[in-house]
Amino acid sequence: MSKSEKALIVSKIEKGTVIDHIPAGTALQVLDILGISGKEGYRIALVMNVDSKKLGKKDIVKIENRELNPEEVNKIALIAPTATINIIRNYKVVKKVKVQLQEIVEDIIRCPNPNCISNLPREPLKPKFKVVERTPIKLKCIYCGRYVTRDDIARQLR
Amino acid sequence: MGFRGRDVIAITDFKPEELLQLFNVAREMEKYSRSRIELLKDKVLALAFFEPSTRTMLSFQTAMQRLGGSVIWFSQVEATSIAKGENFSDTIRMLNAYADAIVIRHKYEGAAAYAADIADVPVINAGDGSQHHPTQAMIDLYTIWREKGKLEGLNVGVLGDLRYGRAAASFIYGISMFRPKKLYLISPQLLRIREEVRDYLDNNKINYIEVSKLDEVISDLEILYVTRIQKERFPDPAEYEKVKGSYRVDLKILANARDDLMILHPLPRVDEIAHEVDHTKYAYYFKQASYGVPVRMALLALILGGIE
Repeated sequence: MSKSEKALIVSKIEKGTVIDHIPAGTALQVLDILGISGKEGYRIALVMNVDSKKLGKKDIVKIENRELNPEEVNKIALIAPTATINIIRNYKVVKKVKVQLQEIVEDIIRCPNPNCISNLPREPLKPKFKVVERTPIKLKCIYCGRYVTRDDIARQLR
Repeated sequence: MGFRGRDVIAITDFKPEELLQLFNVAREMEKYSRSRIELLKDKVLALAFFEPSTRTMLSFQTAMQRLGGSVIWFSQVEATSIAKGENFSDTIRMLNAYADAIVIRHKYEGAAAYAADIADVPVINAGDGSQHHPTQAMIDLYTIWREKGKLEGLNVGVLGDLRYGRAAASFIYGISMFRPKKLYLISPQLLRIREEVRDYLDNNKINYIEVSKLDEVISDLEILYVTRIQKERFPDPAEYEKVKGSYRVDLKILANARDDLMILHPLPRVDEIAHEVDHTKYAYYFKQASYGVPVRMALLALILGGIE
């Protein structure tokens, strides 16, 4: 495969977002955490397990006509802490940010402990977690103290 | 940080010197635990027991009355508006409007912490699921302090359900603050301490060891904290039958005990301590239960400003 063939698995987008350096195999979870199912009508390109100098293998997601807001960028940090977000306008990168995991993760995932008060029905309560470790990611529920690992996170998305 | 206006969610919210301050007040309160001292005359304490309790509820009630205050309470949600569909946070808001402090027990972990988010008045955790029971730990530590004269550097064993038992977890946190010489965690494999408790012990460099059999370590112990093995937690009843015998404290196993061994139990007991042990010099669990009132008197007086 020639270099140009390699680079052009997916064509450039005119405007929208390119999420690069996603850990290999987690691009679908990134779409999931953003609440994108494909039915919204955006043109989306998903590239999985391509070579990466930094990561060995990586995934890439391109979403046309949709710019991610900072809150969404923070969400991505939970499952793809290495990701970089490129905002594209007129085929050019106008903004590039590295995702950043906040100290407290609020209202993104549910606690995996069914006996946690944050899972009590009919309560106006936002689940909150403290980040105790970053790599590999480990969160601790502010309410019940239960740990949440990388594997739990994808299952516990709100 | 002083005690006044403070929430009591976990034993780890307090520093060892604050616990000693509490114990000194509790020592004074022992004088009044059969009479009355008017420290909280105009105060109202709400007892919100979403889950059943005997000792904890009655001792909080007694403590508040001995301090000259009054108590409002419910102990079965069937008799409240929760049965009509009122949610937890609305119930807490109502109690917050009526009372000067709220004591809460709930089967969900984190219930007290959440109540403290909602209420302006202090919230005292009287047990949340299998997570914390800080006032029980205060009583346990007080009993050791009072009867042994010290809390630091002891050889301590904690026996039973260390995974789901909130009293056991809070005691492990609490005694660890006083740097045990060695902490023996004695339980079947299935009921070993939770990961977050293990992290706490590791992070604080506590000298602990997890073992399966009491008879292997009994001769080393100065304190033996026994908890009920909760039969209902075992996925397979046959597993329970296999382990239950090895966690029975009786005269036979105590033949190898040190002279100064002190046996504690947060109660209720089922059959993990044989009744024949009750009359030995080792049995301190009824004494421990009796300290529930002075310790809770001290805590309420400090939190509600009856004592500066």
